[in-house]
Amino acid sequence: MRNLLSIRDLDRVRIEELCSLADEFLAVMRRPIPQVPALRGITVATMFFEPSTRTRLSFERAARGLSADVMGFQAAGSSVAKGESLKDTALTLRAMGANIMVVRHGSAGAPKRVAEWTGCPTVNAGDGANQHPTQALADTFALLRRFGRLDGIRIAIVGDVRHSRVARSDVEAFTRMGASVTLVAPPPLLPPDLTGWPVAVSDQLDDLLEELDVVYLLRVQTERGGATVLPSVEEYARRFGLDAHRLGRMPDHAVVMHPGPMNRGVEITPDVADHPRCLVLDQVEAGVAVRMAVLFRLGAGLKGEAPHG
Amino acid sequence: MAELVIRGGTVLTARGPERLDVRVAEGRIAELGPALSGPRELDAGGCWVGPGLVDLHCHTREPGQEWKEDLQTACLAAAAGGYTAILAMPNTDPPVDRGVVARQVVQRGEQIGLVEVAAAGALTAGRLGERLSHLDELWEAGVRVFTDDGDTVTDSGVLRRAMEYLAVRGGVVAQHAEDPALSAGGHLHEGSVSSRLGVAGIPREAEEVVVGRDLHLVRLTGCRYHVQHVSSRGTVELVEAARHSGLPVTAEVTPHHLAFDETAVEDLNPDFKMYPPLRTAEDRTALREALDRGTIDVVATDHAPHARQEKEVPFEEAPRGVIGLETALSVTLGVIRDPKLVFDRMAVRPARIAGMPSQGRVPEVGSPANLVVVDPDRRWTPATFRSKSGNSPWKGVELVGRARFTLYRGRVTWEDS
Ligand SMILES: [Zn+2]
Repeated sequence: MRNLLSIRDLDRVRIEELCSLADEFLAVMRRPIPQVPALRGITVATMFFEPSTRTRLSFERAARGLSADVMGFQAAGSSVAKGESLKDTALTLRAMGANIMVVRHGSAGAPKRVAEWTGCPTVNAGDGANQHPTQALADTFALLRRFGRLDGIRIAIVGDVRHSRVARSDVEAFTRMGASVTLVAPPPLLPPDLTGWPVAVSDQLDDLLEELDVVYLLRVQTERGGATVLPSVEEYARRFGLDAHRLGRMPDHAVVMHPGPMNRGVEITPDVADHPRCLVLDQVEAGVAVRMAVLFRLGAGLKGEAPHG
Repeated sequence: MAELVIRGGTVLTARGPERLDVRVAEGRIAELGPALSGPRELDAGGCWVGPGLVDLHCHTREPGQEWKEDLQTACLAAAAGGYTAILAMPNTDPPVDRGVVARQVVQRGEQIGLVEVAAAGALTAGRLGERLSHLDELWEAGVRVFTDDGDTVTDSGVLRRAMEYLAVRGGVVAQHAEDPALSAGGHLHEGSVSSRLGVAGIPREAEEVVVGRDLHLVRLTGCRYHVQHVSSRGTVELVEAARHSGLPVTAEVTPHHLAFDETAVEDLNPDFKMYPPLRTAEDRTALREALDRGTIDVVATDHAPHARQEKEVPFEEAPRGVIGLETALSVTLGVIRDPKLVFDRMAVRPARIAGMPSQGRVPEVGSPANLVVVDPDRRWTPATFRSKSGNSPWKGVELVGRARFTLYRGRVTWEDS
């Protein structure tokens, strides 16, 4: 594995491999000293051009768990505000000794450009509404831990699919692992053309509840215009929000997922958010473990190379 | 002025292709005949000799954006592409909304002397779409084509008045058709590729609703109307229907819309970002067929240079536009191989629309020696450009066919070596 730019780069075998590696790192994380020396001497640069605390911290936690050094870069208040280009920022970090790039950017394709410009192994930590492959690995891993396998599991992804890189990545990962996926949203929140997507589509959550193993809730992304294409957020919450009543109609084994951060009271009510069948915190924990697995794999490729080889 | 002979080529005469040599003297065609000789001879063996190409849609960026391109480099690029005339778009800084700016552009072109430069005029003052520009002044400065290209005149009342004003004079209203409310935030064709990449798209309808509205106003005013850079099957159908009902409508297509479809954008390479966006294979087929049967009159480059640092950014942050002057002929030859059609769509018709009487004329004795000698079999791979910018989707791509010589007013302005 040279880069992780899209979940499309990974077939089922690769996903399973990374998840079983993540399983080992999960055990590491639960040790008194949650660290292995796997990436000693390697420097991971986290380049975040969009505000995101949770993903950045998760990557940094994963890097430290592997004994890598971390160089953090956050766009706000940095030289980006002074007009420095993405290219110069990336090349600067490489010149300072970064070996692996972790890139979050508001524009689709930006991590790929960084990979091309720097030649460093690059992880896409979310690009526009395109891809967020480590989130999909985290979600897949969390489900594997819960259900043992994804074959035949019925998953509804509910909400603003149009603006969601998580949904785009999850659809690919879940279906590749054998699950069936239904996208549930009002039409303006669905991608305009779903040709070739291995999914079913519905705008009636209530019709599906009894037959679901997983409800995956997405945040209504007000900052990407998600709210402006809806008649009202209240109406959305009433039709698509998950409350205790809807949870009660689902099978007893069914679980609720959310990539965070949650809008309590919009797509999820507080009692569901805090419910034992809500896997949000499992997803967070799984996130660190799969990111360790990904960094470990990319770092393994650097072994024996000169720092900028 | 030195005399020269173009030897061994096939000349596209009014009677059709003929094996003839061409003697050029005093900036005109002095003689057409077999086995001519002269003090300087240009080898046109295996080549077609026809009217120099005319680009109806070219962003020369001067005045005001010379870091992208200037008239000198645009003219160099044009000559290398086989062009002897270009129509410079008015979205400069300041825009060409006054006669004095139009005159300045044309005079710079004369000084450079590589191709004839005509200026298109802005339809509205400052290209703001609110009130008419100084149409009389522009007309007196020689402007015959009017457009706010880069932006659409969305106000139907303003457009109607411009059409009424220009109809009596025979001026052409050219429209960059883009309903901004439908295209807002979009970066590529709204379809399966944009959906998969999660990048906001621009639907075909952003173009089609504008063309549909405009055609009603053409019916109302009788003004000549030209659709710039047609991208969709629906627009082709609108133009075809309007033409059948006798409206004075013409249309152009760009080389990139003939060559590519939306799948070319999958890698999010900013050199494939432009307006209108590359659409589906079905649209591309419709464009090719329309060009072939003449519903689309013209191949126009929409040559839109942007500096390297402007394009070396993520796709969504990159400005729209690609260069095309140096590759348009080759790309078009990949779509239509019939030389008569190529010259018709790239020289004869655009000259007619632009109102350039000394351009786009089939070679005959006495006509101005604005000529191109085309080697249809020449293989080459664009790597560097005479244009100041390199934002070409054909960088590193092998093309077939190229101008061997370009002659402007009897002088050789380009020689392929
Ligand atoms: Zn335009």
